Amino acid sequence: MTTDTTHTATSAEHSENHGMSTAGYIRIAAILAAITALEVSTVYIDFGPFFLPALLIMMAVKFVMVVSYFMHLKFDNKIFSLMFYAGLILAVGVYAAFLATFKFFIQ
Amino acid sequence: MTDAVVHGHESSTGISNVKLGMWAFLGSECLLFGGLISTYMLYRGRVTGGPRPAQIFDIPFTSVSSFVLLMSSLTMVLAVSAAHKNEDRKTNLWLTVTALLGATFVGGQVYEFTAFYNEGLGFSTSLFGSSFYTLTGFHGVHVTVGIIMLMALVGIFKRSEVPGKKAEVVEMIGLYWHFVDIIWIIIFTLVYLIPV
Amino acid sequence: MAIIERETEVMVPVTVTPTSTYGVLKRPVSATGWRAWVFTVDHKKLGLMYGATAMFFFIVGGVEALLIRLQLAAPNGKVLNADLYNQMFTMHATTMVFLFVMPMAAGLANYFIPLQIGARDVAFPRINALGFWLLLFGGIFINLSWFLGGAADGGWFMYAPNSGPVFSPTNGIDFWAFGLQIAGIASLTGAINLIVTVLNMRAPGMTLMKMPIFTWMMTVVQFLLLFAVPVITVALFLLSFQRNFGARFFDVAAGADPLLWQHLFWIFGHPEVYILVLPAFGIVSEVLPVFSRKPLFGYPFVVFSGAAIGFVGWGVWAHHMFASGLGPVSVAVFSLTTMAIAVPTGVKIINWTLTMWGGKLYFSTAMKFSIGLIVLFTVGGLSGVTHSVAPSDTQQTDTYYIVAHFHYVLFGGAVLGFFSGFYYWWPKMFGKMLNEKLGGWNFWLMVIGMNLTFGPMHILGLQGQPRRMYQWTEARAGEGFFNLAFWNLIASIGSFVLAVGILLFLINVVITARNPTKSPLDPWNSRSLEWMTSNPPKEHNFDVIPTVHHLDEFFHRKYEEDSATHTMRQIATAEEIMAEQERNADKHIHMPSPSYWPIVLAGAVPIITFGMIFSHLIAVIGGVILLFAAFGWALEPSTAPESDFENNSSQGTALDKVGH
Ligand code: HEM
Ligand SMILES: [Cu+2]
Repeated sequence: MTTDTTHTATSAEHSENHGMSTAGYIRIAAILAAITALEVSTVYIDFGPFFLPALLIMMAVKFVMVVSYFMHLKFDNKIFSLMFYAGLILAVGVYAAFLATFKFFIQ
Repeated sequence: MTDAVVHGHESSTGISNVKLGMWAFLGSECLLFGGLISTYMLYRGRVTGGPRPAQIFDIPFTSVSSFVLLMSSLTMVLAVSAAHKNEDRKTNLWLTVTALLGATFVGGQVYEFTAFYNEGLGFSTSLFGSSFYTLTGFHGVHVTVGIIMLMALVGIFKRSEVPGKKAEVVEMIGLYWHFVDIIWIIIFTLVYLIPV
Repeated sequence: MAIIERETEVMVPVTVTPTSTYGVLKRPVSATGWRAWVFTVDHKKLGLMYGATAMFFFIVGGVEALLIRLQLAAPNGKVLNADLYNQMFTMHATTMVFLFVMPMAAGLANYFIPLQIGARDVAFPRINALGFWLLLFGGIFINLSWFLGGAADGGWFMYAPNSGPVFSPTNGIDFWAFGLQIAGIASLTGAINLIVTVLNMRAPGMTLMKMPIFTWMMTVVQFLLLFAVPVITVALFLLSFQRNFGARFFDVAAGADPLLWQHLFWIFGHPEVYILVLPAFGIVSEVLPVFSRKPLFGYPFVVFSGAAIGFVGWGVWAHHMFASGLGPVSVAVFSLTTMAIAVPTGVKIINWTLTMWGGKLYFSTAMKFSIGLIVLFTVGGLSGVTHSVAPSDTQQTDTYYIVAHFHYVLFGGAVLGFFSGFYYWWPKMFGKMLNEKLGGWNFWLMVIGMNLTFGPMHILGLQGQPRRMYQWTEARAGEGFFNLAFWNLIASIGSFVLAVGILLFLINVVITARNPTKSPLDPWNSRSLEWMTSNPPKEHNFDVIPTVHHLDEFFHRKYEEDSATHTMRQIATAEEIMAEQERNADKHIHMPSPSYWPIVLAGAVPIITFGMIFSHLIAVIGGVILLFAAFGWALEPSTAPESDFENNSSQGTALDKVGH
């Protein structure tokens, strides 16, 4: 993440400075829509061994795009990222271990 | 809405209390939905005579409603952007559109649940049924709460009595709304697109 | 109440009450009487209310424990029948963990974190009040089940299938699950509130590494709560859906895996044990330096080992499930991580010991309790390490040996820590010192009582006495030194010694309340910021927000190092520092205004859950109240607007320009 770490005790209301233009948001939304279309296409087109990794990667890309741009995390104070990604990474780690104890990944 | 009274001095980090609290809450929600998703993943193949996922899922239908929810994130971000520019009329417009798109999604979910039920998948039919309805139901409730907040906000704006900073309130509801959207991004892939 | 005007000459704050209002209901305006408590958003009042609630449930849980020990004192006990016995141990544990230790920690955190970081209140005062009321109502809700058909009876970890309607047909577990859910919301809101408070509201100059250690440990706890509570929320929802709406989650006939519940419970449960004990660690780390007349040894190590415990605590949960057939790989992995977590815990014990090493020790009651914690917690930590070794744990699990372990860590850790805190902070909270002589008796009876009660349980457990068995028989008791009859009797006698010890504390509280003698301003010669204000603190905590230059700021304002002799030399007394503050007092201080909404909103939640169990119509009514309260809340500014006050002062300092 390329968060700027320099702004500290200044104004609390600076998110609007980092906001993107309306056109920018629409571009992001268009990319998201395109990825979704691609995702749905995997149901109808055979991607062979790439099927699962491709779907997971597309999911992750969409996720990160919404978080970074629509939720402004990329432009905001990095404490916010810390809070959110701490929870996210903990959740992924703990629940992956949890599923692993059920031998979920080696079925 | 904002409890962010800075009693006597600026916040130590220079960021707003409400926003920090909101992100902490969303971090916490990751573990909530993580638990529900994991439960579903564990149980999705256990159908005990009831319908299997592939038999009842209607991918084109769900794809459309997923798309609707995704686009509601766009309208939400436009509302936030308008609120920051103090464009009240536009803010209200985009908030209303977002609520409508959200309602369309929830309507779709109600339709889907009814259809599944008619095809033999009840809440008690199988582990798949219980965990599917629990996960997607929880998500649906989150969307519904979001819609209520959006509509309340539009109503309150009309009275123009918003305690705290307007733009910040819109931004907070925006964060919540986008979060609900990214959870659906995960559910759509893991539940609907990846076969058992 | 909400706005305090201070003139430089007049030392008594003039309280001005709001005159009009804004929102749905008029604001509560009275600053005295019961309304001043019920509608308060003041972190100190809420802290005391948390403490009183916790103390009440401590007594409830204690009586339950005594009944259990009475039942087991002799063979073929007749005090309780099997069913009641199951309810008793379940509710004892639930009460102690969720309604005593957690709220007590929340209370102390509420009271002391803002004071320790030099703030006037918490970040979200109304949410703070909401948390307290939810906790209280949740606790009452769980205990209602005693009168409505019977309490929960599946053990505090409520394993499936015992938690299902077949084995537990009463509504006890429904009350238990919903009640914990309500208490869980309280913990979550509390965690968010305190995290934001600590990150955002520190006095100028107080960097993270200058924060008092109690605040640090409580912050780690809040992060653990933030991430652990949602896990139990999921588990409890699955349970409620199964019991109340026919879901199949733990129904083996439908192919369910009962381990699902165990995993979810312990993913929450292990972080939970650190949620229970880290507050006590924080208290001890405050008390030891003060009574050793030395700074805490290795402050950064104590901070980082606390954070490390918080982190590693997420990777050990399955050590509670070694006997459940997890498979060799899982067992090996979790065995190793469990051994690893003993390391940061050991680091703390070493730091405390070295803090006392070479210090001028003063054995106040608070100090005695802290030293008691170090010794007794270590005993529990060592038995913990013995069950991190999976083969040995398979012998120990579900025996009294486990009961011995967790009581040494919980009673020897959490409870002794709290009592240390009570004696240390009582003058701060109430302006009077608890009687030290009675304190000594209180301490020794508790320590002797606890060792008599829980020490023998090691032997009982290794001899094979299972936990949660409602009777033992003479025929199976064995003979000689290790016979069960003797040690069971000792444990039961010990429990009453313990109870007398705790009773002495309550008596001490009453005696102190009646004693007119006021405590000195700084009775212990303390080190951290909470002592840099009056006893009890004023509503706005500090007359001026201090600027912090040191760890142990208050100490450094009182003492200075003599560069020639390298000794500390007193440069100011607490009274002088206080007088200096009053001279420069801020003229215009805004405090958050009281509100009706927290208690109304919190009141709606148990109505909803009650309706879930008995009649959905009631749930709908609760939902309507909830929605109404939410709107009222949203429409009410957290601080009354300027126009709401008489005497609208125009000569306020720059301070009142922020925050509207
Ligand atoms: C040195 C650190 C510790 C180690 C290595 C350790 C290890 C363990 C293990 C392996 C068990 C499971 C035993 C079994 O059920 O067979 C256990 C149980 C337990 N521990 Fe610890 N522990 C430690 C510290 C703590 C602390 C600090 C607390 C709480 C303040 C705690 C509270 C508990 C409780 C409540 C149980 C029993 C749960 C139950 O079965 O009802 N432990 N411990
Ligand atoms: Cu554990």
